[in-house]
Amino acid sequence: MSTPAMESATRDWEMVVGLEVHVQLKTRTKAFCDCSSAYGAAPNTNVCPVCLALPGALPVLNAYAVELATRAALALGCTVHAKSVFARKNYFYPDLPKGYQISQFDQPLATGGRLEIGRRDDGAAVTVGVTRVHMEEDAGKSVHDRYAGATAIDLNRAGVPLIEIVSEPDMRSAREAGAYLRVLKQILEYMAVSDVSMEEGSLRVDANVSARRRGQVKLGTKTEVKNMNSFSGVERALEMEFLRQVAVLEQGGTVEQQTMLWDGAAGQVRPSRSKEGSHDYRYFPEPDLPPLLLEHAWVERTREELPELPAARRTRFASEYALGEYDIDVLTADPLVADYYEHVSRAHGDPKASANWVMGEVLAQLRAAGGDISTFRVRPHDLAELLNLVRDGIVSHTAAKQIFARMVATGDPPAQIAEREGLVKVDDDVQLRQWLDEVIAEMPAEWERFRNGERKLQGVLIGAVMKKSKGRADPRRLNQLLAERLGT
Amino acid sequence: MSVPPAGARDLRVRTHRGEVGAGDTVASALARLQEVDADGQSLNIFVSLDEKFLRQHAEAAGGFLSHAEPAPMLGVPVAIKDNIATLHHPTTCGSRILAGYVSPYEATVVKRLRDAGAVPFGKTNMDEFAMGSSTEHSAYGPTRNPVAPDRVPGGSSGGSAAAVAAGIVPAALGSETGGSVRQPAAFCGIVGVKPTYGRVSRFGLVAFASSLDQVGVFGATVDDAARTLGVIAGRDPLDSTSADVAVPDYHRAGERSIEGLVVGRPKEYFPASLDPRIRERCDAAFAALREQGAEIRDVSLPHTELAIPVYYIVAPAEASSNLARFDGVRYGLRLEGDGLRGMYEATRSRGFGTEVTRRILIGTYVLSAGYYDAYYRKAQQVRSLITRDFADVFASGVDVLFTPTTPTPAFPIGAISDPYEMYLSDIFTATANLAGVPAMSQPIGRVDGLPVGGQFIAPHFGEETMFAFAYALERVLGAETLA
Repeated sequence: MSTPAMESATRDWEMVVGLEVHVQLKTRTKAFCDCSSAYGAAPNTNVCPVCLALPGALPVLNAYAVELATRAALALGCTVHAKSVFARKNYFYPDLPKGYQISQFDQPLATGGRLEIGRRDDGAAVTVGVTRVHMEEDAGKSVHDRYAGATAIDLNRAGVPLIEIVSEPDMRSAREAGAYLRVLKQILEYMAVSDVSMEEGSLRVDANVSARRRGQVKLGTKTEVKNMNSFSGVERALEMEFLRQVAVLEQGGTVEQQTMLWDGAAGQVRPSRSKEGSHDYRYFPEPDLPPLLLEHAWVERTREELPELPAARRTRFASEYALGEYDIDVLTADPLVADYYEHVSRAHGDPKASANWVMGEVLAQLRAAGGDISTFRVRPHDLAELLNLVRDGIVSHTAAKQIFARMVATGDPPAQIAEREGLVKVDDDVQLRQWLDEVIAEMPAEWERFRNGERKLQGVLIGAVMKKSKGRADPRRLNQLLAERLGT
Repeated sequence: MSVPPAGARDLRVRTHRGEVGAGDTVASALARLQEVDADGQSLNIFVSLDEKFLRQHAEAAGGFLSHAEPAPMLGVPVAIKDNIATLHHPTTCGSRILAGYVSPYEATVVKRLRDAGAVPFGKTNMDEFAMGSSTEHSAYGPTRNPVAPDRVPGGSSGGSAAAVAAGIVPAALGSETGGSVRQPAAFCGIVGVKPTYGRVSRFGLVAFASSLDQVGVFGATVDDAARTLGVIAGRDPLDSTSADVAVPDYHRAGERSIEGLVVGRPKEYFPASLDPRIRERCDAAFAALREQGAEIRDVSLPHTELAIPVYYIVAPAEASSNLARFDGVRYGLRLEGDGLRGMYEATRSRGFGTEVTRRILIGTYVLSAGYYDAYYRKAQQVRSLITRDFADVFASGVDVLFTPTTPTPAFPIGAISDPYEMYLSDIFTATANLAGVPAMSQPIGRVDGLPVGGQFIAPHFGEETMFAFAYALERVLGAETLA
């Protein structure tokens, strides 16, 4: 977003941004008990003595959560430590049942990663440091607007495993922050560690932002901006907060270290009423859990078994399928779409035709229906078969689109639909000539003009035959027959 | 007075043979309770005891391992400290904040007892949240010592100790954080065992200080304690700090000789200020052990004097966090106040007693930013020195240590009002909790008619050797101490 206000502010001032991203891990059960971690259950149904913090209950670490956290940390280029320590972060809040959150503090799971978020005009890579990745548990939800004068607590989310990914203050614009988030989200999707949905709260972003005069080395006082519910919201919130800080600084004031809340509807940031900054969390090592010890061999095996990273996949798509940059960007944006494409392409054999279909028909359908490709009715081998029918001249391209629509609706195999709906291409000259005769009879004026040299009317005539044939006529043969007819 | 109840071993055999039903045993335990309470003032041993429920459920206790082999605790009534989660009976931790709270699940130790055929027998009084050494700091009033009703039974597991000492049950569960089983065992003249940290599951034990807490057992005799511990010990997947170490048959440790084994006599536990009559009882115990063929060796645990200061930083720190869950939101007491903060303040300031409040404040303070390094971190560093003292002495060829359990016998109710003076009654016991090593107290005689306890301390998971010494000492001193 480039507003006049931003252009003016960024002339003299530089934005410095670091992000803290909380990501829910895609485990079946919670971090420290066997309760389901599924989203959307009726309030307080996924709870037990452990996540309700009943007296005497104790946490037991979910090993799969450790595996997912490790996978994410490795994918972000972090060093995963042989020993990390859980710690209690103590504070009172009604949706925090134990009165402390089990987190990691001075000995986190992983540190020292790095993320490439794009390239500058001169081709140099823009990278953002990943300070740390640590494991922790989610709190429950406070619902303030459901009952008048009361707050309702839903503890289904309490104890769901999270990782917190803390970046270095390496971003210099809202756009870079947005790029970091998109790259991060894509990597986490590729690693299949999280649903990374901001709407469902499985990815949450807090931003630390400060302003400093261009050329100045020392960082300015930062504020923390919370409550954004989309990446574009993060970008807008950062710009609004930056502008607010610059206004304060330009008037000779000082920025107060505080928490700001983003109000997306109003497009404004405002100070949080809670005194976040004054919290003393009284961290100390969690005595109910032994230190987390990870064998080197296990970490290395996890590294070897990491799913392909987005960058590697893009490179491979260029070499293996000879696709252009735009096609690659579209096809690899979502790992499941990329998987789908690869299935189609391998089964069909023509990477470019496959790419066109997946990027065109398939993604258009998904966008229209709002679905997920993993549950999409048309499975890759069926689409490949449809493309084979087109390639082999059994159905026309136009018919193929109709068949595809029927596949989306019914899930039936394409050959069956083509047969059933009479969409198999007609290259029988008798039939084609008959349609042509009919069209000439119906459109005598156009036929006359065409005969007299108005070649552009060829399309009109052929189109009329195609329409009559319900798309089944083989256009190549039809063109030949039309030429023959002209010659007679 | 009726005949004291049979021990766990006899009850098991007789129940198996059909000579006595678990219902009969429960009935006589209830009769005994009525008898001791009718003896003047109530001893106030139990916080909750549903007689009708116990009578009904006693008959259901069974759990035969096979027709040939009776379950290990068949038909044995075992009293349960009120900070251990049980079904049916409330689990209040002696606190107002949990008045009437009934746990929807039961502690692993209670489940293991029931699986072994034992009958959980009511919930016993305790210092609130196990913070105290006299069972005077209970929201439900003080418990009296069955041996001398004007005196405290010790604490915090005073109710469980009194239930065994009064002859109501042969065994009981308590919990230890700094001596809360051994000290009342000493005061009441019975056996009390604090196992190795990690030996027994803490799942269902309401946490006081998680890195120190351990469920302990009381027995009228060494054998009663050994059998009870054998049933509850062992790895529990629900407690990540429980250890996967095989559990020997502790009740067979009595068959082992202690001849040629070495008993350490740590000088720090025998200061010049020690009551000479207690020193004398200990000397008699050493003589008895020597008589059994053990070698007595003078040793030193140089960091012992730091145990109380370290303990009173680590334990309150963990407690301040562990007790945060009692916030009035989900269960227990809730008192309304001005908004959320007012509700917290009203609930917690009225729900917790003075001693608990004091320790929450201490703990909150020592964990605070700016004080953490000076207190909590430093305390943990010193704690590792205390642990190393034990490791060094056991590595030098010492099999067990023997010390007095407490510096004094049971004191009169209301005699100690200074908290620090009260803390000093844990001076010989807190070290074992800080180091995580097992320790136990058993009667070694009396002073002015009041029981005196002697303490064995063993290396990590050395309970079997510790019991071998305890059985041996009991064989020699038994007649005298039971008199």
